[in-house]
Amino acid sequence: MTSARSPHFASRWLQLLSTALIHELRQRLRQPSQLLHPIGFAVLVALLFGFAVGPQPEKLTLVAPAALFIALLLATFLSMELLFSSDFEDGTLDALSASGRELVPILYGKALAFWLAQGLSLLLALPLLMVLLNISVSLAPVLIFTFVMVSLGLSFLGLIGSALTVRLRAGAMLLMLLILPQAVPLLIFSLGAINAAQLGDSTAAPLFYLSAVTLALFVLAPLAAKGVLSQAIGD
Amino acid sequence: MQAAASTILSARELIGSRGGFALFDPVSFDLQPGQLLWLEGDNGVGKTTLLRGLLGLAMLQFDSLCFLGQPLPAARAQMQQQTRWLSHQSSLKSVLSVAQNWRFWAVLYQHPPINAAELAETLGLEGLEDQPVASLSAGQKKRAQLALLQFGKPALWLLDEPFANLDQSGIVLVERLICEHLDAGGAALSTSHGVLGTGSALAKRAHALKLRPAKLAQIDDLAHD
Repeated sequence: MTSARSPHFASRWLQLLSTALIHELRQRLRQPSQLLHPIGFAVLVALLFGFAVGPQPEKLTLVAPAALFIALLLATFLSMELLFSSDFEDGTLDALSASGRELVPILYGKALAFWLAQGLSLLLALPLLMVLLNISVSLAPVLIFTFVMVSLGLSFLGLIGSALTVRLRAGAMLLMLLILPQAVPLLIFSLGAINAAQLGDSTAAPLFYLSAVTLALFVLAPLAAKGVLSQAIGD
Repeated sequence: MQAAASTILSARELIGSRGGFALFDPVSFDLQPGQLLWLEGDNGVGKTTLLRGLLGLAMLQFDSLCFLGQPLPAARAQMQQQTRWLSHQSSLKSVLSVAQNWRFWAVLYQHPPINAAELAETLGLEGLEDQPVASLSAGQKKRAQLALLQFGKPALWLLDEPFANLDQSGIVLVERLICEHLDAGGAALSTSHGVLGTGSALAKRAHALKLRPAKLAQIDDLAHD
């Protein structure tokens, strides 16, 4: 801890973070199917939702943003397991834990890479989802901003969840159960902002809260995940 | 019993356990610079557990365990930083190239920037450095993994079945790498079912340590590190 304030510490931290980020992004981009599956999933959910509501546009307008967000959330959950699964299988997780090096910047790099690849690739599906659910184009800016924040928050939340479940068989379901309740504040504040925008009200308050929750996750989740990982290797 | 500071690893009454049961009878050893300790024992006796435990990845109990004269668990981080582990798992990403994998670990282990082509040549992987790891054979993967041992000049190598999957020239390569490591003042702890070639330079420097299965006895969880 004494070295925590030295400039060398900061540059080493940034070096580890950027190396892990690039290493991770490269892997994600080499596996495009992992990026496309969640997109396909979100589109399917939106499609089915449109059919389920029936041919009344005014009814759809009421629930469309909620359906859109749930589709995006579930699609993100689907890929969350990927944060650590390959590291566990090929021994990288053990090697990192046993390296005696700073883990937190590496976890930051991993979560940010997950966000940039798995999270933001879902934005590509947004225009199609908006058409399918008959959402007005005027809502696009607030939808994009809230989704960027939510997927950032989820990526860091997923860091804790997948650190907890990575060594379990069939941990994917448990991961969802663990993460889902924690994701509720993100969902509530996002839809608060979107509903306010739909009604023409100010979106400032819900967006502030959304950003605050995301920021808290950004700061705390890597520390928590590090604690979880070093506990999990005890036996 | 205090070990001299030059001793790389000094263990007294070391026990590995799994599920609350001791795996092998307590062992004690001193590992000096330039020494190779050859762990022997039947399958399931706890050789891998011992190596994992030394790295802090599994539970070990001991009267004393000192790394470079510093007692554990206080010196755990220092020991981890100066110890490298060759395990069954490659810790290489199959979708990335060999060189990309090496560069990642080189940064982590604070090794100066590597020349991948040169390194590949010394490991018998000429021209393969830009191939994805998934396209390598098991033996080639093992050779690629050997590079990680050298990054950051660690004092101690923990080798779990270092000869697994390797052909004759690969075995010679591993023996040469271990000799170079020992010559540079390092030490190594290795498990293997294979027998060292009796005439080889390595066999002369190796000391054997036999792990004997413990009588089934529950041990208390007190010394949990």
